[in-house]
Amino acid sequence: MRNVPNQKGYFGDFGGKFTPETLSTALNELEAYYKKALRDVSFRKRLHYFLREFAGRPSPLYFAERLSNYLGLKVYLKREDLLHTGAHKINNTLGQALLTLLMKKRRVIAETGAGQHGVATAVAAARFGLECEIFMGEEDMERQSLNVFRMRLLGAKVSRVSAGSKTLKDATNEAMRNWVTNVRTTHYIIGSVVGPHPFPMIVRDFQSVIGREARRQIMKHEGRLPDYLVACVGGGSNAMGLFYPFYKDKNVKFIGVEAAGLGLASGKHAASLCRGSVGVLHGSKSYLLQDNDGQIKIAHSISAGLDYPGVGPEHSFYKQTGRAEYTAVTDKEAVNALKLLCRLEGIIPALESAHAVAYLIKSAKKMKKGSLVVLCLSGRGDKDMKMISELKVI
Amino acid sequence: MNRIEQKSSWLKKNRKKACIAYITAGFPNLKTTKTAVKILEENGVDIIELGMPFSDPIADGPTIQYASGVALKNGMNMHVFFDLVGELRKTTQIPLVIMSYYNPIFKFGVKRFALEAAKSGLDGVIVPDLPPEEAVELNDQLRARGISEIFLVSPVTAAERVKKIVSAASGFVYYVSLTGVTGARNVVPSGVIGQVQAIKRLTTLPVYVGFGVSTAGQAKSIVKTADGIIVGSAIIKLIERYHSSRLFAKKLGAYINSLSRVMPY
Repeated sequence: MRNVPNQKGYFGDFGGKFTPETLSTALNELEAYYKKALRDVSFRKRLHYFLREFAGRPSPLYFAERLSNYLGLKVYLKREDLLHTGAHKINNTLGQALLTLLMKKRRVIAETGAGQHGVATAVAAARFGLECEIFMGEEDMERQSLNVFRMRLLGAKVSRVSAGSKTLKDATNEAMRNWVTNVRTTHYIIGSVVGPHPFPMIVRDFQSVIGREARRQIMKHEGRLPDYLVACVGGGSNAMGLFYPFYKDKNVKFIGVEAAGLGLASGKHAASLCRGSVGVLHGSKSYLLQDNDGQIKIAHSISAGLDYPGVGPEHSFYKQTGRAEYTAVTDKEAVNALKLLCRLEGIIPALESAHAVAYLIKSAKKMKKGSLVVLCLSGRGDKDMKMISELKVI
Repeated sequence: MNRIEQKSSWLKKNRKKACIAYITAGFPNLKTTKTAVKILEENGVDIIELGMPFSDPIADGPTIQYASGVALKNGMNMHVFFDLVGELRKTTQIPLVIMSYYNPIFKFGVKRFALEAAKSGLDGVIVPDLPPEEAVELNDQLRARGISEIFLVSPVTAAERVKKIVSAASGFVYYVSLTGVTGARNVVPSGVIGQVQAIKRLTTLPVYVGFGVSTAGQAKSIVKTADGIIVGSAIIKLIERYHSSRLFAKKLGAYINSLSRVMPY
């Protein structure tokens, strides 16, 4: 049985519903429909069908033999990169699109950083005949131009956000403003385990398919639970999706890897859990990057998907209770890890996921030799090729 | 009775509708804010909302987003804000209400915020991203010091929830005229008149209507049922255009008068 969040949407001290009054009703409605959907066998069957036949689940749990030999560990990769659209985001957008139909709304909106959530939302909207508008920061539209094209090809409207950071934070602000305005007709498909309750719970539940499969698969391959789960954390949806089904397995250590950008000491990073403090942003109380006056700082990461000054409240809860350990790797370490995985395994990871790989490279020596690791390879790197090619890594 | 409540009962006794003005504190500079408060009061504004800017104002449209950005760049923060209120209090007794977001208040410390608010002479607090469920701590601290916490009611708030909100509120009820963000618009959304009437059946607090209100025509129709109007973005635009001009007082005054003229007793 779930023990978090509580009725008010809190994971310990974190979470809640800090939104304009106009959204209160929509959030209560969403929660009611979601509870109804959970009890509804046909909803669950339908979601399962689309996850299997449309998205390509279950994703393999692949034994990365050469990476394992290189690191002296036993590393399995949860291959979310092999899903339709190339990242784990589709697990959530299919679920929320079906919820949208249940609520009889005809329009969906979403924020996107790297464009993966935007593409996954556009795909779900196209499949279910929903009108779709995606908010994306100007800077991200530059660095992820291929994904912008994909969204438009899928019939979504992509709206440029030129305010503030010109990245994910301000795209989220703009999506919220649009939702406040069109709340009667529109559902906001939040892309991570962030935002006001019930979003962190709903997105976690839809993403938990990652951990449920991984648990079954590792038991089949190894006959035991892993020693470590490793995943990158921006808002934290792939990490929470992997971690949550192992919550009660106290011997399984959770490692969340944030973006250290140009280095934690430089101040130019996106490590809300490692270097942030508690505050309220985008509807929930959690760790975030802010100054002494409570103004939100602009995050930095080479990876657009991690370039966010906040993090999901359940991660803050895991940090506070010590259930998970959070650490960070730099842009440079992530790029090197991306290259290493290409060469050792023939897999091109997304820059986001490369952060998790970089952690393993950095920390393998400190881990017991032969430790069993499941790493969430949350997305594939095609979208990042333009930027990587400009870095002259080869 | 704080200044808001005194003002409300005075308005009621004199059968007057209220004109409430919002300005972003420190936009484009502190001096202008002080001048604007003086002009607004002299032209019959009843209550002034001072915006304490936040970097991510999700309830605000482009005008107030822009003003907030400028004010923050010029160094506005909670300390400067309370100093400003303290200074204004030396020369005016007009009810002053802070409008901010929760994070700057949370970071400042909820109790400390309430103490400083009382000390500086603030009368009310509006936090658009803090619904009553999340406002218990702040509300307790404010209530203990006689400061009103003003909550918003929106067009999609059902009657049951309106009851809950007005039971937590004091000072006045802020009715948001539309589903959307702040910013000047030209029409009165259909249903406002009736919805305000419905709210008034559930509370004895005055109901003031804001978000999207800027013209005399809107004001005239809204006060058929509402107790007053709240104007923000239109004033910010005037401040931006005329703050360094000789015409500032004249232009701002004329605008306020254009609104009060059409609001009968």
